[in-house]
Amino acid sequence: MKIKVLGSGCPNCKVLEANTKKAVEELKIKASIEKVTDIAKIMEYGIMSTPALVVNEKVVSYGKVLSSDEIKKFLK
Amino acid sequence: MDVFYPIQISVNWLVHSLFNLPQGSIFGEALNFFIYDSIKILILLAVIIFVVSYIRTYLAPEKVKRFLSRKFEFLGNMTAATIGIFTPFCSCSAVPLFIGLVESGVPLGVTFSYLIAAPLINEVAAALLWGLFGWKIALIYVASGWIISVVAGFILGKMHLEKYVEEYVYKIKMKKQAVLDKKLQKERVSEAWGETKSIIRKVFLYVLVGIALGAFIHGYAPENLLTQIAGKGNWFAVPVAVLIGVPLYANAAGMIPIVSSLIEKGLPLGTALAFMMAVTALSLPEAIILRKVMKMKLLIIYFSIVALGIMFIGYLFNFIL
Repeated sequence: MKIKVLGSGCPNCKVLEANTKKAVEELKIKASIEKVTDIAKIMEYGIMSTPALVVNEKVVSYGKVLSSDEIKKFLK
Repeated sequence: MDVFYPIQISVNWLVHSLFNLPQGSIFGEALNFFIYDSIKILILLAVIIFVVSYIRTYLAPEKVKRFLSRKFEFLGNMTAATIGIFTPFCSCSAVPLFIGLVESGVPLGVTFSYLIAAPLINEVAAALLWGLFGWKIALIYVASGWIISVVAGFILGKMHLEKYVEEYVYKIKMKKQAVLDKKLQKERVSEAWGETKSIIRKVFLYVLVGIALGAFIHGYAPENLLTQIAGKGNWFAVPVAVLIGVPLYANAAGMIPIVSSLIEKGLPLGTALAFMMAVTALSLPEAIILRKVMKMKLLIIYFSIVALGIMFIGYLFNFIL
C-alpha cells in the first residue's frame, strides 16, 4: 500500500503524518508513507486545503487532521 | 429577557453569598465579572463555533471554486466574501488555496475578497464580541468585515494586478478534481463537534487570561483612563491603532476581553474595532506566506488597501456610535 501525506510542512501536516504512522503500525500492515511538500505536486491531486491524505493515488481526505482511528478506516 | 440572566443570578449568589464578598467591593465585582463572563463566553463560543463548523462542511474550497469561477465580478466578490465568513484562515492552506482559485479561473479580485474575509471575520471574535458587547456589535463587526472584503476585493480586481502574481502560479495545473465520498449528516455533525472542541481547547486559556486581565482593568483602572490619550478628539488614534495592529499576530481570543475593558475606560469603539480587525486580518506571518505567491508590489498594495478599509470603518463607527 502506498500512502502519501500532502502538506507544505505546517504543524497540522506533521500531526497527520505522525497519526498515519501510528495507524500503519497499529494495523500491522505493509505500507510506505511518503511526505509530499512540493506545492506543484500537491496541487496535481486536485486539492486546495492541506493536509491531505492519499492512499494508492486516491485522495481520501483533505483539509483535515485525521486521528489515527479515522485513518485506519481508509487503510482497510 | 436576557437568556444569560439565570447565570448572572447564580454567579451573584456564589460571589456575594457563598464567598461572602459584599456587593460593590472591588474584588467582589471583579470576581463576579470574571466568572460570569467566562461561563457566558464559553457557551457562546461552543454554539457559534459549532454552527459555523457545520456550515463549513458544505463549503470546502475544492467545491466553491467552480461556483466562484463563473460569477460576475461584483456578485462574485459578494459571494466570495460570504463564503470567507465561514472559512478560517489557515497559514497551512493559504498557498494551495490561492493557487487553486487562480488556476480554476476565479478572477483575482474575487480571490482577494475570499482571502480578506477568511481571516478578518472569524467566529471566535464574533462569539467574544457577542458575549462582551451584545449581538448588535457582533453583527456590526461581521457586516463591516464583509463590506471591507467585498469593496477591497473589487478595487484590487479593477487594478489588474495579474502580472504581480508569481509566474509559477500560472504554470501549475490541477489534473483532476479530488472527489471524496459524500458526507453523511451524522459525519457532518461529528466533524463540526470535533472542530468545536478543538478550537475551544486551543483558545480557552487565552480567553480566561484575557477576561481575568479585563476584570482587573474593569475593577482597578481609573475611569476615563484612555479618554485623554485615545478619545474621539484624537484624530490620529485610528491610524495608529491600525498600524500597530497590522504586524501583530495576536490571538483574537485573548485580546478582545482586554480591549472590551479598555472601551469601558474611554477607548472609542471604532478605534477598538479597527485595532482588532487589523490584528486579525493582516499579520506578518500571513505576509511571509503570501509572498510565495505574490510579488512584493502586490503584497504591499493588498495590505494597504485592506488597512485603509479598516481605518475607514474605524472612523465611521467613531462617527456614528
